[in-house]
Amino acid sequence: MCVVVVVLSMLVFGWLRSLPGGPVSAMLGERQTPERRAALEAALGLDQPLPVQYAKFMERAVHGNFGVSTKVLPGEDALDVFLSRLPATIELSFLAMLLAIALGIPLGYIAARRQGSYVDTGAVIFSLVGVAVPVFFTAFLLKYSFAVEWNLLPVSGRQSTGVDATRVTGMFVLDGILTREWDASWDALKHLILPSVALATIPFAVIFRITRASVLDVLDEDYVRTAEAKGLTSRVIRGRHVLRNAMLPVTTTIGLQVGGLLAGAVLTESVFSFRGVGDALATAFREKDYPVLQVLILAAAVIYVLVNLLVDIAYAVIDPRIRTR
Amino acid sequence: MTQQTHRPSQFGGGSAEPLLSVRDLRVTFQRHGEEAFHAVDGVSFDVRPGQTVGLVGESGCGKSVTSLAIMGLLPDRGNHVEGTAVFDGEDLLTLSRSAMRDRRGSDIAMIFQDPLSSLNPVVTIGRQVTEVMERHQGLSRKEATPKAADLLERVGIPDPKARLANYPHQLSGGMRQRALIAMALACNPRLLIADEPTTALDVTIQAQILALLKELVVDTGTALVMITHDLGVVAGLCDEVNVLYGGKVVERGGRHGLFKNPRHPYTVGLLNSIPRLDAVRGEKLSPVPGSVADNLPWTSACAFAPRCSNAIAPCTQETPQWDGDEVVGFRCFNPMGGPR
Ligand SMILES: Nc1ncnc2c1ncn2[C@@H]1O[C@H](COP(=O)(O)OP(=O)(O)OP(=O)(O)O)[C@@H](O)[C@H]1O
Ligand code: SF4
Ligand SMILES: [Mg+2]
Repeated sequence: MCVVVVVLSMLVFGWLRSLPGGPVSAMLGERQTPERRAALEAALGLDQPLPVQYAKFMERAVHGNFGVSTKVLPGEDALDVFLSRLPATIELSFLAMLLAIALGIPLGYIAARRQGSYVDTGAVIFSLVGVAVPVFFTAFLLKYSFAVEWNLLPVSGRQSTGVDATRVTGMFVLDGILTREWDASWDALKHLILPSVALATIPFAVIFRITRASVLDVLDEDYVRTAEAKGLTSRVIRGRHVLRNAMLPVTTTIGLQVGGLLAGAVLTESVFSFRGVGDALATAFREKDYPVLQVLILAAAVIYVLVNLLVDIAYAVIDPRIRTR
Repeated sequence: MTQQTHRPSQFGGGSAEPLLSVRDLRVTFQRHGEEAFHAVDGVSFDVRPGQTVGLVGESGCGKSVTSLAIMGLLPDRGNHVEGTAVFDGEDLLTLSRSAMRDRRGSDIAMIFQDPLSSLNPVVTIGRQVTEVMERHQGLSRKEATPKAADLLERVGIPDPKARLANYPHQLSGGMRQRALIAMALACNPRLLIADEPTTALDVTIQAQILALLKELVVDTGTALVMITHDLGVVAGLCDEVNVLYGGKVVERGGRHGLFKNPRHPYTVGLLNSIPRLDAVRGEKLSPVPGSVADNLPWTSACAFAPRCSNAIAPCTQETPQWDGDEVVGFRCFNPMGGPR
């Protein structure tokens, strides 16, 4: 697992260094005398061989020192930029995954149970559209219909101006609940709805389809017929015999989708000017803010690895064949 | 024909009133674009309390479909069931879904061929036993647990208390089948349907499981429908045998009569394909030549005609009618040993 992070850090490092322009152009602009460029490169250690640069980079990284942000929040420590943006994205991702799971699994089950019915066909088509339509398009569509055209929900941001809220965790909805500032919490939630719906579309579609396929497989299993032969109630058959087995592949899928959420967050957060990690990543990339980019990409790698670990643990919890060998 | 005079009471100690009485059972599968297919084509048979009745025939003759139709376990769509299956005065085939759910697992239980795939891999053996009692006897899980341990002990599972916490993959094949039998017997069913319960097991384990079933049936007085393709199993277990071919019963008789004096050419073929202990080593078994793929439609012929060495002219022109009653009989124009 650590190996994965190290390899990824090398790739990130190598990839960033190979981008055209590079940090020096980013800092000084393209039109500079070679002398001044060389001076800055020396100052930044960029004249040294790549392995040496990498070693230094890693040494600093281990101490949480990735350098100072140049564009996203100029002058701020890059790691702090990431940490200050993290709660917003956690909040957004959490709600998006909650929506995707809470809708995807029951719908997948119902569609499988009524295979070939209108409900099933409709849900399958909807989920195909869900994966096929680009996230930024969904996000724009939601924004212009619900926020701009019908004025039902806020257009952008995380909190309306003028709402005076106490910050505890940085997750605004949670903060409002903790401090009993219900207005602030409700306001923050309204800001979250459209972005999280946009972000949820792809995970929802994938979770729905995997659940449907998995339930269809399980319904054909002999042990479901055994459960029927025992005369068990449909509630017990559904929960204990069908869903518990059907959830095995769904768990893996959920993990993969959490890992893939950042890509969607970049687009969604940009569309809704939602100041989270995805928005920071988009800005850092556009403006060539290398220190911030490094932090964000490494963090994404670490999160991905952690999620996979969680999936493995969850899998062992539901599948005794893995737990008890 | 001495068998003709046999009366029900002479088979396996059953009383005269049938516990289950299947009449003209017909199961038609209809998939769109395909021709309707009668997997079971007018099957009738009786099972009396305490009796063991065999349904025998080669793969695809409709044994499993017959049992699933009686249990109400056929897939929801794509099939059509006709006829009656009267159990204890009620026709199971017209019973409501929920009434049938109440019967299954309590009055009528079933065990299946493959013990591993028939057990839920992520639920403990104990839970899979107790859930039947929780459902039908209104017991709590706590009350049912010691009873589950007793059941496991009764079916010959060593260290039953520890086994309750095991998952199916932690048991051997024979132990899994014993566990399935324990689940089936949990609510003292009056009828047990066993669909090839030993086919997936090693030969030595097969013998143990058959011995166990025989013992339990005698102890509890449960009637047993034994589904098998192996007449050898029938010989050791069944009081009465129904030989199925192409979805119809082609011969029926008491175990002794059928083995001593088989009438239908297909029964003879099956008997010749039983491996014998006294056979000369290397001697080839003689299975019935051909396959079910050659079958003729029952509506205008004997389905078995293309594979039959006794076939005569009418065999490819008319349906052979049932010659006999609910105890003995056969369906053949040119039976072994001449017409009765
Ligand atoms: N759900 C179904 N849809 C369509 N045809 C089916 C279905 N189930 C069974 N059949 C067909 O019905 C026929 C009888 O099947 P059945 O399973 O009863 O055979 P069997 O006698 O139990 O054989 P085996 O020894 O292989 O278990 C077969 O030709 C089979 O293909
Ligand atoms: S009816 Fe004819 S074909 Fe059919 S089993 Fe009898 S002899 Fe053979
Ligand atoms: Mg079968």
